[in-house]
Amino acid sequence: MSTTFRVNRIQQTVDVDPSKPLLWVIREQLGLTGTKFGCGISQCGACTVHIDGQAVRSCVTPISSVEGREVTTIEGIASADGELHPVQQAWIDNQVPQCGYCQSGQIMSASALIANNPNPTDADIDAAMQGNICRCGMYGRIRNAIKSVGVASSDEKLFYDVASAEDATEVDHG
Amino acid sequence: MGKWTRRAFITTGLVAGGGVIVGVALRPGNQIKDLAGKVGEEGGQLVHSYVKIDTDNTITAIIPHSEMGQGVQTALGQMLAEELDADWENLLTEEAPALGEYSTYSAGRRYLLAGIDFPEILIPTVDGAMMRVADSLNMQITGGSMSVRTTGALAMRIAGAATREMLEEAAASLWGVPISEVTTENSYLIHAVTNRREPYATFASTIAEMTPSQTPTFKDPSDYKIVGTHKPRRDIPAKVDGSLKFALDVRLPDMLYASVIRSPVSGGSVVLFDEAAALAIDGVVDVIKIPESTIGNAFGGTYSGETVAVVADSYWTANLAIKELDVQWSKTGFESVSSDSIFAQFDRDITSRIERQTDRVEGEADSVFSTAAKIIDADYHVPYLAHTCMEPLNATANVRDGNAEVWVGCQNPLGFRRDVAVVLGLEEEAVTLHNHAMGGGFGRKARPDYAIQAAQISQAVGRPVQLIWSREEDVRQDFYRPAVQSRFRAAFDADNNILAWENTYTNKNEPVEAPLIPYAVPAQDIGYVSSPTHVPFGAWRSVDHSQHGFFTESFIDEAAHAAEKDPFEFRAELLKDSPRHLAVLAKAAEEAGWNRMLPAGRGRGISLQESFGSLVAQVVEVTIDNGEVAVDRVVAVIDPGLAVAPDGIAAQLESGIIYGLTAALFGEITIEDGAVVQSNFHDYPSVRMNQAPKIETHIINSGHDIGGAGEPGTPGIGPALANAVFDATGIRVRQLPLKNFDLNFRVEETGDVA
Repeated sequence: MSTTFRVNRIQQTVDVDPSKPLLWVIREQLGLTGTKFGCGISQCGACTVHIDGQAVRSCVTPISSVEGREVTTIEGIASADGELHPVQQAWIDNQVPQCGYCQSGQIMSASALIANNPNPTDADIDAAMQGNICRCGMYGRIRNAIKSVGVASSDEKLFYDVASAEDATEVDHG
Repeated sequence: MGKWTRRAFITTGLVAGGGVIVGVALRPGNQIKDLAGKVGEEGGQLVHSYVKIDTDNTITAIIPHSEMGQGVQTALGQMLAEELDADWENLLTEEAPALGEYSTYSAGRRYLLAGIDFPEILIPTVDGAMMRVADSLNMQITGGSMSVRTTGALAMRIAGAATREMLEEAAASLWGVPISEVTTENSYLIHAVTNRREPYATFASTIAEMTPSQTPTFKDPSDYKIVGTHKPRRDIPAKVDGSLKFALDVRLPDMLYASVIRSPVSGGSVVLFDEAAALAIDGVVDVIKIPESTIGNAFGGTYSGETVAVVADSYWTANLAIKELDVQWSKTGFESVSSDSIFAQFDRDITSRIERQTDRVEGEADSVFSTAAKIIDADYHVPYLAHTCMEPLNATANVRDGNAEVWVGCQNPLGFRRDVAVVLGLEEEAVTLHNHAMGGGFGRKARPDYAIQAAQISQAVGRPVQLIWSREEDVRQDFYRPAVQSRFRAAFDADNNILAWENTYTNKNEPVEAPLIPYAVPAQDIGYVSSPTHVPFGAWRSVDHSQHGFFTESFIDEAAHAAEKDPFEFRAELLKDSPRHLAVLAKAAEEAGWNRMLPAGRGRGISLQESFGSLVAQVVEVTIDNGEVAVDRVVAVIDPGLAVAPDGIAAQLESGIIYGLTAALFGEITIEDGAVVQSNFHDYPSVRMNQAPKIETHIINSGHDIGGAGEPGTPGIGPALANAVFDATGIRVRQLPLKNFDLNFRVEETGDVA
């Protein structure tokens, strides 16, 4: 069965088992490996992507459920001209990653948070980020980085542009 | 490649790089019997590093350590750049490949055994550091918090300084000026008198003909411009945009995916399985039974039990199909073993003291106990722990036509390469290993079982295969941090002075000093009994310090309270002849505001731990609310001798503390019916954002030998936390994890009695 959806502004069509999780379609069919596998049961957040701007765990999201929807992965949040998303820049400025494996998911959760709430409180950060495990334990740096984004950025930069390249490309992975 | 000579080696560098390569051999020597047994079947292994200078004056530090988040490439690059006076902005670092003659066990053995013409420039340095090198080799390539303090201190600095001296000599000779007038700066040679300034690259071919000094002159630390300063980590940009390729991200043409399952009780073999049910699933290509294997290496034997693998066109499919196999496993004789039976066994063996060995005996502990005014005793124990690296174990292999190529993230690339070769029956030279940055390692990725499985599967199907362990397999087939029990006694005189310290624990591993205490207790008897179990075990961040740090720093706290003294003051008195320890402890107390009163329901605890050459003191503040413990604040002070990369050390401390905090709060692998009960993050939880304390780190640069950073933060958090819980509640936590304790007693005590 085929599913058509957009990933990072590009329309994709895949013909896979409708129950196959989005994570594995992204990684195996689309070759986008920035989104990570960590647990497979929505416990660790390494697989976090945006669907229509909301942070979701792609390891438990059947591909059939994203028909017609807009998926954004870590590869898609920088601006079209390559400028890093303010959250990504904050991660560098605060020297957040250690091993880095969880950070795609952390950044996707954080960018969804601040898009709606540019100056989150500690409680907001706890609520939005507690689904993302970092076994290197960089929670303090993640918290500092998130707080620094709202301070450093104008609001409009907190959103990546999903409409600018309207159906610029279509790829069929049938 | 025939015999290696210095010239041949450097010439290789010239041809390949267009510049010069300076090789540095860190030679452990093969005359020490104990060491020889640990470093490979022919008794030798080199850790070595290279400096490459390219024609465009770019300098590359080739670093024989794996990146698993600790920032080792940056820190070691800083050490080399400092002594070389290199331009940091034009210095690259790269991990030494696990192939090619200049980075193999085989080459190392050739250096060692052939006695050939190779710059043995490190030998004088290494002679005095033999024991530390032995420690390093025991932990193999990346582990034991050793990278900076051995490779950095003994190899990178020497490589940098020796290269700089050769460059100065070459420039002085060419320019016809006294070498004393030649200076260096930012990868340039300078003769100020004649206003000459030339890039290092100009002299690359000249120094290729020179012999590096064995004992170059190092900079005075007060002249450091790169070491000890904050340099943004080189690896971070690729970790924020998804571009860094972990082993899991390897993609090969025609590649299949595999999932595996092994016996839930270690040692079981396959009796039968429903192959047809798996093959019936669309996309499944093959079902393979992989024989068991045992590899002997520096860690002892790595046993990998018989395995069933499903190979499919998608990992998701392979992992679905593996659940359909319904594998029946043979009985092992361990089916009645449980955590309860293991701790009962530990208790029995400690009580029996059969074949008790000692780590430290000072004074006459027995007679002190027989005449003491007061004696306290306590039993402590901690459970098995899994590593749960964020990146589940995985490896990609392509084995065809008698050659194997393996892509993996591991802590021991050379060892993995050899082990894959041994199991496949290939020559080492037929195996190429590509090591990737690891999504966590923590000791687990020093064990080669997952890479061997991938190679076996690829060999069976004749195609490239990416093997990914499910998280369930990762949790249930680990080499666990061992469960340990420890039985203490302490004796006091009538004035509450501690006179004797006795400790008997189960199963000694490494480091050997882990159970020792820094406190000046006059009589000490610290020893252990052997009480083996069938549960596979291995190195886990900070190794035996992770258990003994909790035990000893908790029991010394009990001793303080028994002596009716403040836990900080009690420790400080016993450290009055150990100024370095005392300084770290006192700094932590001061920064934490040790003497400030806390409101009811809150508590404060302290710990001190020496491990891997560094000292760490921690003060933890907790709030107990309705029986729930919240860790509010951690103040951590480290004395690593010299902080090469201060922010890197801070990050490693933070990381080690959270890793240890996860263990202290939640970490518990339990055994039932011989098998591990837990399976994933829902039942083997990790500290999350909302549970993470504010961590304040402080560094003391004492000028002592450089210590480690990756592990020393981990052991002290558990005891400081438990001591804080005692401070808040009066409940002494003698077993971890804390989640198993009912901290509600105050609520119950004050409840309605109607």
